[in-house]
This record gives sequence, C-alpha cells and structure tokens, in this order.
Amino acid sequence: MDIREKITRRIAQEFKDGDLVNLGIGMPTMVANYIPEGVQIILQSENGFVGLGPTPPEGKEDKDLTNAGGQPVTIKPGGAFFDSATSFAIIRGGHLDATVLGALQVDQKGNLANWMIPGKLVPGMGGAMDLTVGARRVIVATTHLTKKGEPKILKECTLPLTAKEQVNLIVTELAVMEVTREGLVLKEIAEGVEVDEVIEKTDADLIVSEELKTF
Amino acid sequence: MSKVIKRKDLKGKIKDNQSIMVGGFLECGTPERLIDVLLEDSIRDITLIANDTGFTDKKFGSLIVQKRVKKVIASHIGTNRETGRQMNEGEIEVELVPQGTLAERIRSYGAGLGGFYTPTGVGTVVEEGKEKKVINGREYILEKPLGADVALIKAWKADEAGNLIYRYSARNFNPLMAMAADLVIVETEEIVPIGSLDPNEIMTPGIFVDYIVDFS
Repeated sequence: MDIREKITRRIAQEFKDGDLVNLGIGMPTMVANYIPEGVQIILQSENGFVGLGPTPPEGKEDKDLTNAGGQPVTIKPGGAFFDSATSFAIIRGGHLDATVLGALQVDQKGNLANWMIPGKLVPGMGGAMDLTVGARRVIVATTHLTKKGEPKILKECTLPLTAKEQVNLIVTELAVMEVTREGLVLKEIAEGVEVDEVIEKTDADLIVSEELKTF
Repeated sequence: MSKVIKRKDLKGKIKDNQSIMVGGFLECGTPERLIDVLLEDSIRDITLIANDTGFTDKKFGSLIVQKRVKKVIASHIGTNRETGRQMNEGEIEVELVPQGTLAERIRSYGAGLGGFYTPTGVGTVVEEGKEKKVINGREYILEKPLGADVALIKAWKADEAGNLIYRYSARNFNPLMAMAADLVIVETEEIVPIGSLDPNEIMTPGIFVDYIVDFS
C-alpha cells in the first residue's frame, strides 16, 4: 500500500459519526476517501462552508465553489456557506471536533512546525495557526522521516512553530503516537514493523504502550 | 439614490500609494474587472490587503507580477512564486497574518472595535511585540483592527442601492472588507433595480457600499 494511503486510512478511523472536521491541503485531504462505512463526518472548508463534497466531474466545475486550496469542489445537501470571520469563529471557537494537518516537524510536547523554513520556504501560515489552536483534536499526518531520511518527530522542534503544545495524535506510515502529559506514547506500530525500528527512526523519547497494537 | 457608476467615472477615485483591500480567496470571489481597473489606470505602490496573492498566471496574481504592489498583508503567498521572489529580493514588504486573525482584524475595524484577544499565534513568531494576557487561565495575544483606503468587492447580485448577495464560496472576505474601507467599490454579475432583492436575503447592506460599477 502507498505510504500516504496507509497514513490516511488509519486517520480515517479516528472520527465519530457526525464529527465536524477540517482536512488540511495535500495528504490530509485523502482522509475523506477512507471514512469507514456507517460513519458520516461533516467537512469544513476554511474559505467559507461546511458540507464539503468531492471533486465535481469534468465540465461540472463552478468558478464560485472551491476548497481552501483553490480547487473546484462540491457542497453536499445540508451544507452552508458563510464569510471568513464566521468560518474562523467555527475554527477558533471550539466548534470543530478535529483537524488533520501535515508537518515539517512535530515534537513530543505537541509543538507543530508546518508553515515556514527560514531562508527557503515562506508560503505563510494560511489557516493553520487558527486550526491548530482551535480544533478540539489536532491530528498530524506525516511521513516518519524527511526525504533526506532525517527524523520529523523530535524532542523539540527547531523550525518556527505553527502552534505551541496543541497536537494530540501523530500518525505516520510506521506508527501512531499520542501526546500525553507523561510524554509521547507509542500506541500502534504498522504491520511488519519492529518497535526498535520505530524508536531508531524517532528523535523524540517514546513511551511504548503496554497495550501496543498493530495497524 | 443609485450607487451605480460607469467604468469611466472610476478614473481618479483610486490613487497611488493607497491601501487597498481585495476580496476573494485564491482567485475565487475576486473582483477581476476591478483588478483590470487598477492595471489599466496604472495604480502603483499599493499596500495590498487580501487573503493571498493569487496565482502567477491569473488575474489577481498579475498585480504582483506587474509590480504594482509595495506591501502585502496576507495569510498565504505560496501560490504566487513572484511574491516570494520579490520579497526575497527586498522589492516588496510582506506581513503574514494568520487567516482567522486577518478576517477578524478586518471585521473589528468595520465594527468599530479596538482589537481583540486571540489564542492564535501564542508561542510563535506571531506574538512578537504584541500584548499578552491570560483570560480565564488561557493565554491570548492582542490583535489590532485593520482598515483600508479602498475595498474592492465581488458580489453576485447587487441592487442600485448597493445591497449585495454573494454566491457559494465566493463570499469569503468580501462582506468583511465591505465594512472596513473609506471607499467601497463593488463589481457584480448582475445589477437589479431597487426593490427587486428580498431584504431577507441581503448579505451586505447597501449602506456600506459607495459604488456599484456598471462595466457594460
């Protein structure tokens, strides 16, 4: 299975029926494809609506209906549009059950860095800072290592932060880790992966759960 | 009392060196014909306030490409490579603001507030130089209101009194910016006589609007 599919399929198990969820651009968007049968979630799009639906068929795009990445999308029956201040009242005001975001770095205290690399990449934070402080649950979808093979799950982030101590769950192709008061708990490992391999590829200190599962 | 004016009567109303808010989100709900007005009338040294700076090869992004902007206040510039290039070369100044903070700063200005305390940005570079306060045990930072000389708005339908209705996700920042500038100019897909829009469905009351532009 593709790494991104592995990660997003696992994250799709995290929601309750009726949850209001915001999915970040890129890999997090794929989570919507794997929501289990019997569970329906409502997707929020921070450019101003709830009830985000799939990509329209070719030729059915509407110039006035795009997602937060500017791509043509649809709205489901029961959805609603609003302005940007209302959209972020939903996000900041604790009305969003969960958000799924990507990471450049994430650390064992739940700090997240995903919006800039000084001197290299400065795209801006968009809605990520508001989503990270506002959503009741912050789930990070990331590969375990950078393209250069360096750990992304650190003792302490070195890049400029998106938010301080807000991440709840980190899902990679190798592991599911939960940020707790005691530290970062390794809750699940991918099938065919050894605990030692996960520890070796993680800079953060991991507390191996006594009820370690596979996914 | 009609607020409708012709394109040619816009001449001279927008000046160099002004702060200009532009509604839209990644070229959705962007007043494209009003962007053409800025380009055609050679308006320069703009302080541009918008969610983003669009795409390099699209209408809104061309304001940056054609170097009409001296400063950008936005939440995201990553989709327009030219903005990043000009920033790195020191040709333009960029102030990045979290999207929800940007929306609320604009709303605050239009609503006559002195600002607001937000948890967004606490513990990040965004809090630098800002007042911090603990309210009910949680840390917040003070963000101040943001207004502009001019707001360029894209509506779906407008009546001659300036009442506006937006369509789908093209609404985004438009209603907020319509409340937050000295001069509010609207581009719309349809202009209808006073009395033909249902007052229950108006999203921006016409009292906020100065001009509806008839491009015909």
